Amino acid sequence: MTKTTLIPVGPQHPVFLEPLNISLKLKEETVVGAEINYGFNHRGLEKAMAADFRRTIYMCERICGICSFYHSTAYCQSMESLFKVEVPERARFIRLVMMECQRLTSHTLALGHTAEAMGYESLFMQLFREREALMRLVNDISGNRVHYSINTIGGVRRDIPMEKQKEMLSVLDGLETRFAKLAKVFKDDRTIKERTIGKGVLTKEMAKKYCVVGPVARASGIPEDIRTSYCRDLDFQPIVRDEGDSYARSMVRVDETFQSIQLIRKALTMLPEGPLEVPVKGNPSGEAFIRLEAPRGEVIYYVKAKGTVDLERIKVKTPAFVNVAALSAMVPGCEMPDIPVITVSVDPCICCTER
Amino acid sequence: MATRNDELSPWILHFDTGSCNGCDIEIWSLLTPRYDIERFGMINKGNPKHADILLVTGPVTKKCATRLKTLYDMMPDPKLVVACGDCASTGAPFVGCYNVCGGVDSVIPVDVYVPGCACRPEVLIDGVVMALQKWNEKRTMEEVKA
Repeated sequence: MTKTTLIPVGPQHPVFLEPLNISLKLKEETVVGAEINYGFNHRGLEKAMAADFRRTIYMCERICGICSFYHSTAYCQSMESLFKVEVPERARFIRLVMMECQRLTSHTLALGHTAEAMGYESLFMQLFREREALMRLVNDISGNRVHYSINTIGGVRRDIPMEKQKEMLSVLDGLETRFAKLAKVFKDDRTIKERTIGKGVLTKEMAKKYCVVGPVARASGIPEDIRTSYCRDLDFQPIVRDEGDSYARSMVRVDETFQSIQLIRKALTMLPEGPLEVPVKGNPSGEAFIRLEAPRGEVIYYVKAKGTVDLERIKVKTPAFVNVAALSAMVPGCEMPDIPVITVSVDPCICCTER
Repeated sequence: MATRNDELSPWILHFDTGSCNGCDIEIWSLLTPRYDIERFGMINKGNPKHADILLVTGPVTKKCATRLKTLYDMMPDPKLVVACGDCASTGAPFVGCYNVCGGVDSVIPVDVYVPGCACRPEVLIDGVVMALQKWNEKRTMEEVKA
């Protein structure tokens, strides 16, 4: 009869970018259970966001630095439905292009993070070199590297002019060829395969039970992607795998990177002419509910307004909240050294989760 | 940059006390080929007992405050703290949020403040190089005292 050992991982841990604490229950080298402790990053943003609906665009981008544009888009869309205005088509497409750009930066970050957790320092560096090209691209378009701040209620504030579109396409072409080489490492490298295949398996039943979303759900065989509804005109098909292990989750991200590049190309060729924003006046009232597909899964915004500058309630549901919880179903039976790789393969985003 | 003989290479420790991840990913960019902070002799380490420079991002939340203090106390002297970004420097825009103490200087002393939301890697490099100079000054002073 072996004793159960309790090992705390985090809140400060070299693998995690953010403060997350996992208490692992170990029997010898095998993990038998995990308890996830939240709350290190809770700032009370939902209350702060409800203070003034005009400032919320600024505040909601600060929920998360990796998917900031999704938060501001979801918020602006819910406000637009409260004001009953229709966003110009050009603005809708610019939002879509920027969202896909952010998905690219997020997925390359997640893959780089996975590589680093496995000890693939060189792969991590190369992925981040490619990511830097993307960061410079979005910096050129929006003026910011992290928080794009180009959304406004009723449209977008910055255009993507013709010469920027050409530049964008050439950057993406270069990125695609270079990224294909790196993706091959992820796909075929023997060590990566051995460290990820069959590790941290989340079966379809468990995935449904934990209500996981995004790449984690799609790697467990659930074809859920909100983009199927709002990217209809771009002929979008979600990428689904059935294995449900760390390898499948990484591969979904790898494939989605190429898919995002394709989506940006298509969206740029279809970019309609027209105004960028419609004017919005007065204070909002009523209720709105918006779903968007962020890099980690669906993000939900619920806004209730009461006709004044402050909002009655703004509720955000972020993808990482459910995905991180599913970790406790993935880790039992694994060995201690696999924990960082499994955790990172879920792509935890604590700032989103806790707000 | 070639370091002088009397300058050593500090190791950095990164801690997120409640940031939005924006500054954190910029710190990661700092470690990677484009900005490559290693040319100043700095390397990211996870262990506070090996670290010389503490990079803190984000406003300090109430739950993180005690952890931040513990990490700071664990670091050996001479040590330096760099507050990365607007939130870490002043707490803005989270000042007044019910779970936020404020900037990093409300918990531990800060030596260098790096502005920006999120702080750009170029500014961060400026900040850590400034910290490097301060760290060397501190070291020489301690040696003189001893």
